Amino acid sequence: MSTSLSVSHLVKEYRVGGGLFGRNAEVVRAVSDVSFTVEGGDTFGLVGESGCGKSSLGRSVAQLQTSDSGSIELGGDDVSGLSGKALRAWRRRVQFVFQDPYSALNPRRTVRATLAEPLAIHRLHQGAEDQRVAELLEQVGLNPQHASRFPHQFSGGQRQRIGIARALAVEPEVIVLDEPVSALDVSVQAGVLNLLDDLQRDLGLTYLFIAHDLSVVRYLSDRVGVMYLGKLVEEAPVDDLFERALHPYTQALLSAIPVPDPRVERARKRIVLAGDPPNPADPPSGCRFRTRCWKATDRCATEEPVLTEHDGGRRVACHYPDERAVTSKEPA
Amino acid sequence: MTGAEVLLEVEDLSISFPTDEGLARAVQGVSFVLRAGETMGLVGESGSGKSMTAMAIMGLLPTSAVVEGSVRLRGRELLGLSESRYREIRGSDIAVVFQDALTALNPVMTVGDQLAEAVRVHRPDTTAAQRRARAVELLDIVGIPSPHERVNRFPHEFSGGMRQRVMIATSIANEPDLLIADEPTTALDVTVQAQILEVLREVQTRTGTTVLLITHDLGVVAGVADRVVVMYAGGVVEAADIEPLFYDTAHPYTAGLLASLPRLDRRSRDQRLYQIPGQPPAATNWPQGCRFAPRCAHVRHGLCDEDVPPPVEVGRGHTAHCARVDVWRTEVE
Amino acid sequence: MTTTRTNGPAERAQPGLTRQLLKRFVHHRIALTSLIVLATLMMVCFAAAWIAPYPRGQQDLLTGPSNPSQMHWLGTDELGRDFLSEILYAGQISLAIGLAVAVLSTVVGTVLGAVAGYVGGWLGELIMRVTDLFLVVPAIALLAVILEGLGPSPVTIVLALAALGWTYMARVVRAEVLSLRERDFVHAARGIGASDTRIILSHLLPNLAGVIAVGTSLAVASAIIAESTLSFLGFGVQSPQSSWGTMLNQAAGYVGTSQVYLLYFPGLAILVTVLCVNFIGDGLRDALDPQRTNL
Repeated sequence: MSTSLSVSHLVKEYRVGGGLFGRNAEVVRAVSDVSFTVEGGDTFGLVGESGCGKSSLGRSVAQLQTSDSGSIELGGDDVSGLSGKALRAWRRRVQFVFQDPYSALNPRRTVRATLAEPLAIHRLHQGAEDQRVAELLEQVGLNPQHASRFPHQFSGGQRQRIGIARALAVEPEVIVLDEPVSALDVSVQAGVLNLLDDLQRDLGLTYLFIAHDLSVVRYLSDRVGVMYLGKLVEEAPVDDLFERALHPYTQALLSAIPVPDPRVERARKRIVLAGDPPNPADPPSGCRFRTRCWKATDRCATEEPVLTEHDGGRRVACHYPDERAVTSKEPA
Repeated sequence: MTGAEVLLEVEDLSISFPTDEGLARAVQGVSFVLRAGETMGLVGESGSGKSMTAMAIMGLLPTSAVVEGSVRLRGRELLGLSESRYREIRGSDIAVVFQDALTALNPVMTVGDQLAEAVRVHRPDTTAAQRRARAVELLDIVGIPSPHERVNRFPHEFSGGMRQRVMIATSIANEPDLLIADEPTTALDVTVQAQILEVLREVQTRTGTTVLLITHDLGVVAGVADRVVVMYAGGVVEAADIEPLFYDTAHPYTAGLLASLPRLDRRSRDQRLYQIPGQPPAATNWPQGCRFAPRCAHVRHGLCDEDVPPPVEVGRGHTAHCARVDVWRTEVE
Repeated sequence: MTTTRTNGPAERAQPGLTRQLLKRFVHHRIALTSLIVLATLMMVCFAAAWIAPYPRGQQDLLTGPSNPSQMHWLGTDELGRDFLSEILYAGQISLAIGLAVAVLSTVVGTVLGAVAGYVGGWLGELIMRVTDLFLVVPAIALLAVILEGLGPSPVTIVLALAALGWTYMARVVRAEVLSLRERDFVHAARGIGASDTRIILSHLLPNLAGVIAVGTSLAVASAIIAESTLSFLGFGVQSPQSSWGTMLNQAAGYVGTSQVYLLYFPGLAILVTVLCVNFIGDGLRDALDPQRTNL
């Protein structure tokens, strides 16, 4: 029975700069009132460009940092605001896989020590740790005999697998993956993606998959959410989002992703956004995307669009949503 | 593109470095031809030697590097040129755009001054006013809005994408014949990447510069390149015009690479991604024969692991370094 | 259930991290030579009771000061004491103080620095301001005052020097901890539920080993110099004990005379020791250079 993940009105702010006692600091709302639900056993892909807040959201969900307001529910249990023993118990249920395989492992500890640590903390498989470590390594496609080696003796892809094994050690229900393949070579990515796919099927895991590479997100996700400057601007089942995106930002984003197919590439109609992403500490009034949007009107400056339901389980935050296909050969 | 003048010819280029663990070979026997006006994509993963090749062309390899072979720009040999001769060439005949624009620009000089400086180095006979005008013109070519005003700004006042445009402007300041772009968009957001590729296209249209684009991203290449050279473990494995490379792939590595890419336009989990087993060889420990053989599903012992396969012509302008090039595509996986 | 097995790492299994570091240190010839020289010097000094040619402090007023000769390899001082033996015995004090100060200031500095870096907050700020204070105050003057008050003896000297010496290590460790704290593997440890104690002991400390090793070697060098200076100025080791510094003090009057060697030999001993320690520190630093380690 897989566990669902539900995020409600999550807010995460950062103070940047500031004088002697932090006065006059700018407040950046990295995550600004974001809500969504992931069904048990599904993969929710969260995409957006730098500064959109997706990584911050991921860390908040995995409780690697506190959120300023909002709640997180696992299978109906509210897990926000926990501390101490309750928090530690909860950590068995949600795990996090980091982007950089080179810094995610303690260089001074053997793989066995790294994988045995979560077992020791949560008193799992006591007396049979070595066996469990070997099992975990096999599960991620590595040779159990290499457990006594150090991280630097492995390649990037293998280190990432070790990171995944560490996450699996506590038998979690939900895994937050923050750009798990971005730092890997292209030919290695496929292996790790296939692994993640298999593990989800075998173990009934729920994934929150954060990435900027939409091609990768499309491959693994069931539902996708698009973030821009701290806000969720569109959310839909994966194929709907990629083939019938409603929000202009999503359409621009999709249009910008290159496809390794010359005929498709050269036939596509590109939407090239004007201007730069705005300063996150000082977002535009109303709709945050309006400064770069070709459809923006006065209404967009005064009234912030709210995420509204559309048919087919889609949500979009825009005053003028309209479907457009930007990934296939034919322009809409 | 055949028939156009040959601008750059790389012949049998080899680069190696002495290290504690023995000789590390970065590049071996690389040859390709770049024609004027073309955009060529030099594609490979980390360790393929693509960046080293670019550095060799620019004469920017460390002094400990052992370089052999030939690199000729319009027939003129570049390897072995003295540093002072190379300085004359860099910026005026060949220019480079790097991945990280922030550190490549001087933070305490205005953008206009840096552009003017780039001009002054190769054209000391110009006046300050002329250089200033050229700086504004360059900013305009690369699509920076309000160039008259922005020319007085410092690099940190520009966003990442804008800085990359400034880098491109600096590199084309003296109208080089060849522009080498080494992973120019890898560190950028995807919408900004689209903008920068647009700028490169624009620059090429307006100035007719030949572009050598170094990248690991086959999607980028599919959009902008006329010709592609694929490198693996220090050697060329396949070279072709853009469509034959993708639709008539002749080398198992290229094919494996294409099959391992998740695609934006394919439905999720339609097909399991292909995984190329194993990893690239370490630079100090190349296998004998074809360096892709240990990972190749079509390897034949005795054939592939004896000698490095020479290039075989499979179509017009299409070569593949594979001993079984005629046969492997008929084999069922 | 299992997915495709990938190939293992490079064919040649690489040695563990420590062995790699040792190997690199050994390659650094100056450091290795320094280590051998220093170890020999230390052994010789601490074995003085057995190998010194003459008993400690044995005076021979008839001979008086004399140049190096076959009977007295380093000559004799104004009281006829064999200089070589004096140097060896004095070396025990100098080296012992140097090592004791280094160890003590390292332990205190590491603990305080780690706390300041990991916990931060007002406590961290307080600790750092205290280290700033010690930077501002002229050390030798402060030490002289403290020792006058406590009464100078090797023990009080060690305590006084350590009381000032911990600040360097604290700053260095704090800086390193601040950077380590943000590394993903520390976040990961927190993510699997590790307590702060576990994180500091299992994850931070082992990664601080490099910085600590280098810092300790530097601490030894500066402690020896500090003690020598204090003793030379008269605030340090007092007779009847002697250190290389006190020997310098006693020999100060002989500049320009034929007994100037009384100044050279203790000075040389200090110089050689400090140089060796510094080279060892260099060797450790190179061996631990993150650019060359496959971290």
